[in-house]
Amino acid sequence: MEAMVTAWLLGKKCTVPATLTIMDAMEYAGFKLIRGVGCRNGFCGACAVIYRLKGTTELKVVLACQTKIEEGMCVGKIESFPLNKRSFNLEELRPTDNIIGQLYPEIYSCIGCNACTKGCPEGINVMQYIAYAQRGEYEKCARESFDCVGCNICASRCPAQISHSAVGLLARRLTGRYLEPQCAHLEKRVAEVEQGLYREPLTKLKNLPLAELQKLYNNREIEK
Amino acid sequence: MSAYTEEMLKSIAKVESTRAARLHVELKRFTAEEKDAVLKKFHPDYNTAAFTTLSVGPNKGDKVPKELGALLEGHSRLEKVQLDLQRLDYDVDVLIIGGGGAGASAALEANKGGAKVLVVTKLKMGYANTMMAEGGIQAADKANDGPDVHYLDALGGGHYKNIPDLLEELVENGPAAIKWLSDLGVLFDKQADGTMVTTHGGGTSRKRMHACADCTGAEIMRVLRDEVQNQGIPVLDYAPAVELLLDQEGKAAGAVLYDYDAEEFLVVRAKTVIIATGGAGRLHYQGFPTSNHYGATADGLVLAYRAGAKLIYANSSQFHPTGVGFPAQIYGALVTEKVRSIGAQLVNSEGEAFMHPLETRDVATATIIRECTERGKGVKALDGVALWLDTPMIDQLHGEGTIATRIPGMLKMFGQFGIDLRKEPVLVYPTLHYQNGGILIDKDAETSIPGLFVAGEAVGGIHGTNRLMGNSLLDIIVFGRIAGTKAAAQAKTTKLAALSLDHVAKFARDLAAAGIKTEVVSPKLLPVYTHGRPSRSEKRGI
Ligand SMILES: Cc1cc2nc3c(=O)[nH]c(=O)nc-3n(C[C@H](O)[C@H](O)[C@H](O)COP(=O)(O)OP(=O)(O)OC[C@H]3O[C@@H](n4cnc5c(N)ncnc54)[C@H](O)[C@@H]3O)c2cc1C
Repeated sequence: MEAMVTAWLLGKKCTVPATLTIMDAMEYAGFKLIRGVGCRNGFCGACAVIYRLKGTTELKVVLACQTKIEEGMCVGKIESFPLNKRSFNLEELRPTDNIIGQLYPEIYSCIGCNACTKGCPEGINVMQYIAYAQRGEYEKCARESFDCVGCNICASRCPAQISHSAVGLLARRLTGRYLEPQCAHLEKRVAEVEQGLYREPLTKLKNLPLAELQKLYNNREIEK
Repeated sequence: MSAYTEEMLKSIAKVESTRAARLHVELKRFTAEEKDAVLKKFHPDYNTAAFTTLSVGPNKGDKVPKELGALLEGHSRLEKVQLDLQRLDYDVDVLIIGGGGAGASAALEANKGGAKVLVVTKLKMGYANTMMAEGGIQAADKANDGPDVHYLDALGGGHYKNIPDLLEELVENGPAAIKWLSDLGVLFDKQADGTMVTTHGGGTSRKRMHACADCTGAEIMRVLRDEVQNQGIPVLDYAPAVELLLDQEGKAAGAVLYDYDAEEFLVVRAKTVIIATGGAGRLHYQGFPTSNHYGATADGLVLAYRAGAKLIYANSSQFHPTGVGFPAQIYGALVTEKVRSIGAQLVNSEGEAFMHPLETRDVATATIIRECTERGKGVKALDGVALWLDTPMIDQLHGEGTIATRIPGMLKMFGQFGIDLRKEPVLVYPTLHYQNGGILIDKDAETSIPGLFVAGEAVGGIHGTNRLMGNSLLDIIVFGRIAGTKAAAQAKTTKLAALSLDHVAKFARDLAAAGIKTEVVSPKLLPVYTHGRPSRSEKRGI
C-alpha cells in the first residue's frame, strides 16, 4: 500500500498518494482541470496555488505542478491574476528618461517588505529587480528577472500593488532591442539573403538526385 | 541523504570510475548503415503493432498511431447539436486557432497586414509547447554557415523526406526570423561585440543554435504575447475550436468553438483561418510519457482532416531521447539536448559510454532503447529502466560554473528534488516529444482547402520524418509569419458564401459506410488523468 496523505483541496478533504504533486493530487481527487493548468513542467506559470498547513498561520504560494502534496495542506488557487500591464510601442520607446518609471510609477511605492522575493517559486530576487527598474538600470533588471514564468505570485503579495512581471518583461524587451550590442553577422546575412545570394545554391540542392544528396550529407564537414 | 536508491548509487560509482578516461575522448559517430539498423529494430515508429490504417478521408489507406487514428475517425462534438450558423458570435477577417508561438506570430503579421484578427485558444495564450522549449533556435547567420548548409543538415536529419519547397522557405527565412525576434526585444545570448553565442545541436554541421539561456521558447513566447497585447489583438481564451466551418463553395470560413465557461458553442465567421494548434504529445502514443503541454492533443489535425485536408507523415513522431527517467514528479519532462551539446555523455549502468552524444534524436532514442532492452544495461528506475546522462562532465570540461550559467533551468529542476547535476549524473529515458507529421501545406502555408492555412507543429513535411532540435522554434516563426501575411492578404478579396457544416455530416456518413463503430468523440481537447485513482466501481467492490 503506498503512503497516503490527507489534504484539503479547494476545501474538499481528500486522501491522496504522498508521491503526487499538488496538481496530480487534484486530479486524483477527481477535479477535472481546465483553468490553472498549462505546461505541467514549471515553465508557463499557469498553476500558482496558495496553501497553508492546517493549524499554522503562514501562507505559501507555489506552482502546483512543481510542488509535492503534503499532509495537512489546505490549497486554494490563484488563477488569472489581474495584472496591470501597460501598452507601449517599442519602436517609439527608448531606454532613457526613466521610461519604466513613467509607465509603471507604482514601482516607487515599494515599501521594501520583500514579500515578492519570498513568494517567488523561481527564486528570483524580485525586490532587487524592481529596485533596478527604479534606478533606470534596465539591463540589470532584465538579467535579474530573466527566469520569470509570469505566475504573478509576487504581484498577489505586494502591498504596493506593483505588476512585477510586466516591469521585468519591459526591461528585457528594452534591453534586447536597444541596450544589447547589435549583431553584425546577422544583419549581413539578412542582407545577403535579400540580395538573393542563396537562391542558386538552394535551387541546386532542391534539384539534386537523392544519391547525390546522400553523398553530400554523409561527407559534409562538421565544425569542431 | 541522496534522492537515488542504493542500486542507483552503486551504478553511479561505476560512472564516476570511468569518467576521467571518457572525458576527452570523442566517441565515434554511427555510419549510415548502423543508424539504419538500430532505427528499424528499436525506434517506436517501427513498432507496427502500434499503428492502424485509416479507412476514410484524404489519407485512406495510410498508417497512423492507433491513438491518433481513433480521433481522426471519431464522432464530431456537434453530431447531436442543433446550431444556427446564421447567428454569428464573431465575424472577423482572420481567425487564428491556437495561442502558441505560431499563432502569436501569425496574429502579429495578420494584424500588421490590416486584417481584423481573432485569436482563440484552448487554455490561455502561451500555455503551449512554445513556452517549454529550452534548447534553442537554428538559423544560418554565421560566416562559416549558410541557408544551403542548413538545408542539407535538415534534409539528411529528416531522412530526405522533407518537402523541398517548405525546407527552402524555412532555412532561407531563418536569419530574418532571428532579426524579427531580436527587434521585438528577445534577449539572445550574445558576446560583448554582439556576436551570437551559438552551439551545435544533434545533427548540425555548424554551430547555429541560438539561445536565450535555457528558456529560449519562454523568452520568445512571452515577448510575442506581450506584443499581441500591445497591439490590442483580441484573444479569446478557454474557447477551443471543435470544428471548422466551410462555406458552400468549400472555402474555409471560420470555426465552431466550445466556450468552457458557458458550456456553449460559439460560431465564428472568418474570411481565412489559420490552424496553429501544435502537437500531439498528450495522446501518449504506445504509453510513452511526454514533454508536451496539457493541451497537445492533435486537435488541429482532426479538424482539418474532417474538412478534407491531407495529412503527411502522420505516422512519424519524435521521441526525445532524454526525458527525465527519475524522480516521479518530473517523469517525462525534458532534459534539453543542450546538456549533451555542451559535453554530457550517455552512459549505461556499467559506466560505459555507448554512443556519440550528438546523434540525431531518432537514432539516440533507438540506441537508448537498445541499450536498455537487448543489451540489458539499463538502470532500474520507477516502473522501468533508464540510463545515465553524465552531467558532471560539463563543468569538468568547460570549467566550474558552466552548468549554472548555461543550463540553470536544468540545475533548478533537479535541484528541487534533491539532485545536484553538477555532482551527480541524472537518469533519462525517451519521451514523446514532437509531431513530425501534420497537415500538408504549400510554401504560402495554405492547405488544399482555399483559405485554410496552417503553421507550427500542426504542419507536416517541413522536417521530413525527423526534426532537428532548433528547427521547430524556427518554423513556428517563419511559417507563422507567412501564414499571417498571406491569410490577411487573401482575406481582402475573399467573398464568403453561406456557412456550412456539411463536411462534418459527410465525414460521419463515410465513417458509417466504412463500417466504423466507435464511442470516441473528437477533437480530444484535453487528456484525462487519474494517477491510479481506483475507479468508483472497484471501490464499491471493496
Ligand atoms: C519541452 C519542449 C522543449 C522543446 N525544445 C525545443 C527547442 O529547444 N528548439 C526547438 O526548435 N523546438 C523545441 N520544442 C518544440 C517546439 O517548442 C514546438 O514544436 C513549438 O513551439 C510548437 O509551437 P506551436 O505554436 O505550433 O504550438 P504550441 O506552442 O504548442 O501552441 C499551440 C496552441 O494551440 C492551442 N490549441 C490546441 N488545440 C486547440 C484547439 N482545439 N482550439 C484552440 N486552441 C488550441 C494550445 O493550447 C496552444 O496554445 C520543444 C518542445 C517541448 C515540448
